[in-house]
Amino acid sequence: MTTTLTPILTKTWDQADSFTLRGYENAGGYQAFRTALGMNPDDIIQAVKDSGLRGRGGAGFPTGLKWGFIPQGDGKPHYLVVNADESEPGTCKDIPLMMANPHVLVEGIIISAFAIRANHAFIYVRGEVLHVIRRLQQAVADAYEAGYLGTNILGSGFDLELVVHSGAGAYICGEETALLDSLEGYRGQPRLKPPFPAVAGLYGGPTVINNVESIASVPGIIANGADWFASMGTEKSKGFGIFSLSGHVTRPGQYEAPLGITLRELLDMAGGVRNGHRLKFWTPGGSSTPLFTDEHLDVPLDFESVGAAGSMLGTRALQIFDETTCVVRAVLRWSEFYAHESCGKCTPCREGTYWYKQMLKRLEKGEGSEKDLDTLLDLSDNILGRSFCALGDGATSPVTSSIQYFRDEYIKHFEQGGCPFDRAASTAWAGGK
Amino acid sequence: MSAEEQRDEQRTERAAGIVAHEDGAALDPEVRARLERDAKEIIARYPKPRSALLPMLHLVQSEVGYVSEAGIQFCADMLGITPAQVTGVATFYTQYKREPVGEYHVGVCINTLCAIMGGDQIWEELSEHVGVGHDEATPDGKISLERLECNAACDFAPVMMVNWEFFDDMTPEKAKQLVDDLRAGKPVAPTRGPSSVCSWKQASRVLAGFNDGRAGEGVQAGPESLRGLELAKREGWTAPEPEETTK
Ligand SMILES: Cc1cc2nc3c(=O)[nH]c(=O)nc-3n(C[C@H](O)[C@H](O)[C@H](O)COP(=O)(O)O)c2cc1C
Ligand code: SF4
Ligand code: FES
Repeated sequence: MTTTLTPILTKTWDQADSFTLRGYENAGGYQAFRTALGMNPDDIIQAVKDSGLRGRGGAGFPTGLKWGFIPQGDGKPHYLVVNADESEPGTCKDIPLMMANPHVLVEGIIISAFAIRANHAFIYVRGEVLHVIRRLQQAVADAYEAGYLGTNILGSGFDLELVVHSGAGAYICGEETALLDSLEGYRGQPRLKPPFPAVAGLYGGPTVINNVESIASVPGIIANGADWFASMGTEKSKGFGIFSLSGHVTRPGQYEAPLGITLRELLDMAGGVRNGHRLKFWTPGGSSTPLFTDEHLDVPLDFESVGAAGSMLGTRALQIFDETTCVVRAVLRWSEFYAHESCGKCTPCREGTYWYKQMLKRLEKGEGSEKDLDTLLDLSDNILGRSFCALGDGATSPVTSSIQYFRDEYIKHFEQGGCPFDRAASTAWAGGK
Repeated sequence: MSAEEQRDEQRTERAAGIVAHEDGAALDPEVRARLERDAKEIIARYPKPRSALLPMLHLVQSEVGYVSEAGIQFCADMLGITPAQVTGVATFYTQYKREPVGEYHVGVCINTLCAIMGGDQIWEELSEHVGVGHDEATPDGKISLERLECNAACDFAPVMMVNWEFFDDMTPEKAKQLVDDLRAGKPVAPTRGPSSVCSWKQASRVLAGFNDGRAGEGVQAGPESLRGLELAKREGWTAPEPEETTK
């Protein structure tokens, strides 16, 4: 059976007032949290566990399990922090979600905070998305006005303060512990784990950090039941997710589907690779996930299958590149990104990404030899698994996977003494011919 | 030196504090009073005052245009920390500028996907057209340019930002026209954003957490964001009904 789309979070995005309180309520919003406030918080955690929801921010950790790690009755303030930093190259789902429907996130926050017994929640949103920040600020203000936030919400006795906090331009602040440091007013550098944030997070208190899409999925689970959520997706990767197609595809955009859909199916829906061209390589989950090629068109896009095929589902950021694209150029540019964004705390990542950049620059110009590829792989071995956080690991993904699949193309650069590709042919205005 | 190397060099020097912008200027008392009032409001939002530092640095930019020495001193005074601690934070984040930027700060995404879709060509042509490079402003203070990393809008590639508003599906021609219009003072509307672009200082104030009341303007979603939903509607595809699964 072929997979079809399941618009849930994206369902109201075509309504002009989808981002307003009234638009959200007219579409049935702000009902689930009323149900939730009448529940035992532990039952909410259980429902999220039963649903099988796994984190939508990249790592796929089971959300209910994470909530269950928060010590209860410890007398300490608990915190809920929503990770809205969305900066992984290729990832572009949370930003349109918050622009079109900020209230589903706010409702998810109320339910989630109630479940983990947090009276303070924060949305840490990247600072480079002004209109999304406005929409969040307004949604939060309107929710306070309606009595859905603040003290004694709808007479339930539950209090919740929600603050929209803008970042200031740093990819590393998407890493959850760097995010906490940043939110506390420091340079955003990762912390040593353990202790995990569930034990000692924001201000040292028990803290849950979840991705925007994870939290936005919670109202649906409460409204429709854990079984409803679990009826979608695969056995171990349950539910739906937003798949973001970008690049050399006829109709790039957001496609909400059950986990386990394939790129072949998604490309079919999106009109295929742009006219007259064919798929060369793609990222299943952003630039930190090893590249796939046309061999991988039928890999089910769920956590297990993508992992078994040698990559990671990540954030379902499907960046599509056709045969006009130079893979060396692509990998160099990603490496420059990692070098720029490396926080500098640990040596393998700080120095390693710098060397990547220097070496790949030479290789792209054709000033290298096949031996350099071994040096690159060697260097990758010294970064992967030896870095303090996953940014360093992620930086190795494009390098090692591109050498695995496209060694010949690197060699062609050396043979020709330069890049064999015409950049103009890759542009959006090259006409697809 | 290539533009890229120059950029690295500048970054390193700036991070090392070698080329901080020359500004001995103290804050005007009126500005300082306003800053104090707003900073107190920001501090009150958080369980611990130091959490206010990032929004306060945005606030300083909303008054001064960049993070000046006096602005750093101000944050340090308000939070009871040292200017060195504030500087350490301010230099970590790319949105804090140590020199004045243009009234319109124009960014071109040059991360891989946008670069390949034409962002590199946009950057080259735009930079030549405006006559400034990465992190530089025109002498009239109208326009500054920046090479941006992925701005979470890849399905709209190539992407540009003006004062952090989205300009989607750009071309070199549209980019140059956009900057010419901004310089000529013509009204300019983002693709997904309010009905006009506000100034850098006004944008910084929103980032500091002060709602400018413009959330209601503009589209709820761009065409690319709706592609999956529209297809599903055409095909009659929906999520399962809750009843079907709970029987
Ligand atoms: C360098 C780096 C950047 C990250 N950026 C983000 C991000 O922008 N948004 C996000 O939700 N998670 C990001 N993550 C993952 C977070 O650390 C964390 O796993 C996630 O927010 C947990 O939420 P979830 O369980 O709901 O997915 C990033 C991780 C790393 C290492
Ligand atoms: S891996 Fe990179 S980003 Fe992570 S702590 Fe080390 S230097 Fe910082
Ligand atoms: S690569 Fe340009 S917005 Fe993502």
